[in-house]
Amino acid sequence: MTDMTPKTTDRFSAEQREVMRLVAGAIIPADPARDMPGADDPAILDDILASAGRDADDLALALDLLGASDGALTDVAEGSVLAKFRQAQPALAAVLSLVIAQCYYRDTRVLIAVGMEPRPPFPKGYPMDQGDWSLLDPVRARGPIYRAATDEGTPT
Amino acid sequence: MADINEPVDVLIIGGGASGAAVAWSLAETKMRIVCLEQGDWIKNEDFPSTGRDWEARQFGDFAISPNRRKLAADYPINEDDSPIKVANFNGVGGGTILYAGHFPRFHPSDFRVKTLDGVADDWPIDYATLEPFFELNDKMTGVAALEGDPAYPPKPAVMPPLPLGRSGEVIGEAMNKLGWHWWPSDAAINTQEYEGRAPCINLGHCGSGCAQGAKATTDGTYWPEAIRARVEVRHRCRVRRIETNEDDMATGAFYVDPDGVERFQPAEIVIVACNGIGTPRLLLNSASERFPDGLCNSSGMLGKNLMFHPYSQVRGHVDEKLEGYMGPRIGTWSMQFYETDPERDFKRGYCYQFSRGYGPVATAVNGMADGIIPWGAGHHDAFGRMFDHSLGMLAICEDLPEEINRVTIDPDLCDSDGIPAPKITYRLSENSKRMLEHSVARGKEILQAAGARDITSKTIFPAAGWHLMGTARMGTDPKTSVVNEWGRSHDVRNLFIVDGSVFVTSGGVNPTSTIQAIALYVADQIKNRIYELFD
Repeated sequence: MTDMTPKTTDRFSAEQREVMRLVAGAIIPADPARDMPGADDPAILDDILASAGRDADDLALALDLLGASDGALTDVAEGSVLAKFRQAQPALAAVLSLVIAQCYYRDTRVLIAVGMEPRPPFPKGYPMDQGDWSLLDPVRARGPIYRAATDEGTPT
Repeated sequence: MADINEPVDVLIIGGGASGAAVAWSLAETKMRIVCLEQGDWIKNEDFPSTGRDWEARQFGDFAISPNRRKLAADYPINEDDSPIKVANFNGVGGGTILYAGHFPRFHPSDFRVKTLDGVADDWPIDYATLEPFFELNDKMTGVAALEGDPAYPPKPAVMPPLPLGRSGEVIGEAMNKLGWHWWPSDAAINTQEYEGRAPCINLGHCGSGCAQGAKATTDGTYWPEAIRARVEVRHRCRVRRIETNEDDMATGAFYVDPDGVERFQPAEIVIVACNGIGTPRLLLNSASERFPDGLCNSSGMLGKNLMFHPYSQVRGHVDEKLEGYMGPRIGTWSMQFYETDPERDFKRGYCYQFSRGYGPVATAVNGMADGIIPWGAGHHDAFGRMFDHSLGMLAICEDLPEEINRVTIDPDLCDSDGIPAPKITYRLSENSKRMLEHSVARGKEILQAAGARDITSKTIFPAAGWHLMGTARMGTDPKTSVVNEWGRSHDVRNLFIVDGSVFVTSGGVNPTSTIQAIALYVADQIKNRIYELFD
């Protein structure tokens, strides 16, 4: 049971890729102070376009609406274009957030920067504290709260 | 013309939570039992947590929505006319593959809501009837729990509870400040090795399948035992319709095998276990000259009274670092607002299922959707305040049955085998709306007591249509119910239904424990009544 979506960026035109680069870099910009690349980093960008999967058609539509179809978008630095798009096309804006975040936040550099080990959860897993079980003492002290299912519904 | 298989004694349709339980229980009879399951066996190594794309796949091939997933095993569902969207999984193990493992039983009062609160109907069975089957199911499943929960009659724990972790402590401290009930959840997750299954190692991604095998899914609990007892599971076999004879008895089912060949499986007994959507779909698709309105539908109730659990969600963020993405998603619950309180403006109630944090992708996606993590400048600062600092809750609200909420057959939509697909028509009742609002208000109070900031809420959580109930309700009156008090169809005396569609009311907790207890109870009834089963 695997995702059979082709892992290629060929789905997108050169114009769409260029708009994606501009948009990705604007939504998640680089942060040199944290040693974090932007989402327009070439490796991350390729991953985004190759991994759009079930959202590829919606992503292509979003990129066209943002200017890929007529070459109108050349700079999103001011953010106003994206802000207007987000207001006018909330569903497609959500697609942009998803396709960018799902690839950005699995990049090794990013994971290390946010304090994670760059590995899948399995097989190593993670440790976890039991916690303080005495916190339940007041709950016990208050006694039963379930309702008996007698005809009268008398609380126990 | 379909190929005809060798007859069997029992044909079970659906290999999920209830199909597996009923198969295992009936196996001791030595009857020849076959289960047809439309999906595949899923290998633990195929689950997302084995790969670096573990979070992305929860939006792809392990999405909870079949309309998003669109795998070969999935059938489409027209849910345009419903504010709650169906969440399911089609495969051996069914919904247990993707569930969180939150495993509460129904409460005693859930079976008597008419008598106690004057709403809906009482069930024809009660908590005491199901109690031995709850206990048996807990043992087969391996339920981690802490005995002594004041919200339930006494019940044994099979193994120690899940760890509280720091997020459990923060919630517990907040609940203690408020003087409200909370307790470690009963969980279908191993906290120690149990029946050959490994203990939880806190992968933190239970809702996309457990690669460790610590979460109890029926492909790892009931099915291995049933198969050892010679029950046969045929996967990737999708049933098209159930056939009947002139005596109004089921004779078997037509299905499409993995090679696309149409086959007929003759059987003496047919048990339907396809969930609250799939079961009415199959029975409505089995309409014939003798049963023009669908099989088992002389009452007109088939497909009606669809109940989800309307969910609300409240989440917040604390300054200290919590477990984040590590550990089971679930940990504790609260039944503080479970029972009817005349001071409130709604009947019945809800439970809270408290949950831990998210992985980085979900943190970012949810944060951007909720407006607390911006696009552009400030993204990283905001992300840093949220990631590993998040905790919250879902409220699982009791949904009262209404005939207007229903499953029908879509006139146009079909699955990949050309079988007509279901259509959902559902609206939220005023009672549910008031209950949801109450749950959000109290949820915010809890998070405020925990010192949380950046609190977000969803009064209705649209994607959470996990729990599918009520569409083939149980009752003693054939005019108002589809099956009798032990799961047998009123109309077709060798046809049984064992999934959530037989629920009379929904309770306000996750239903899997109760679904499986009912499946075991019905199996027990079949065994005890075997010489008068069709009378």
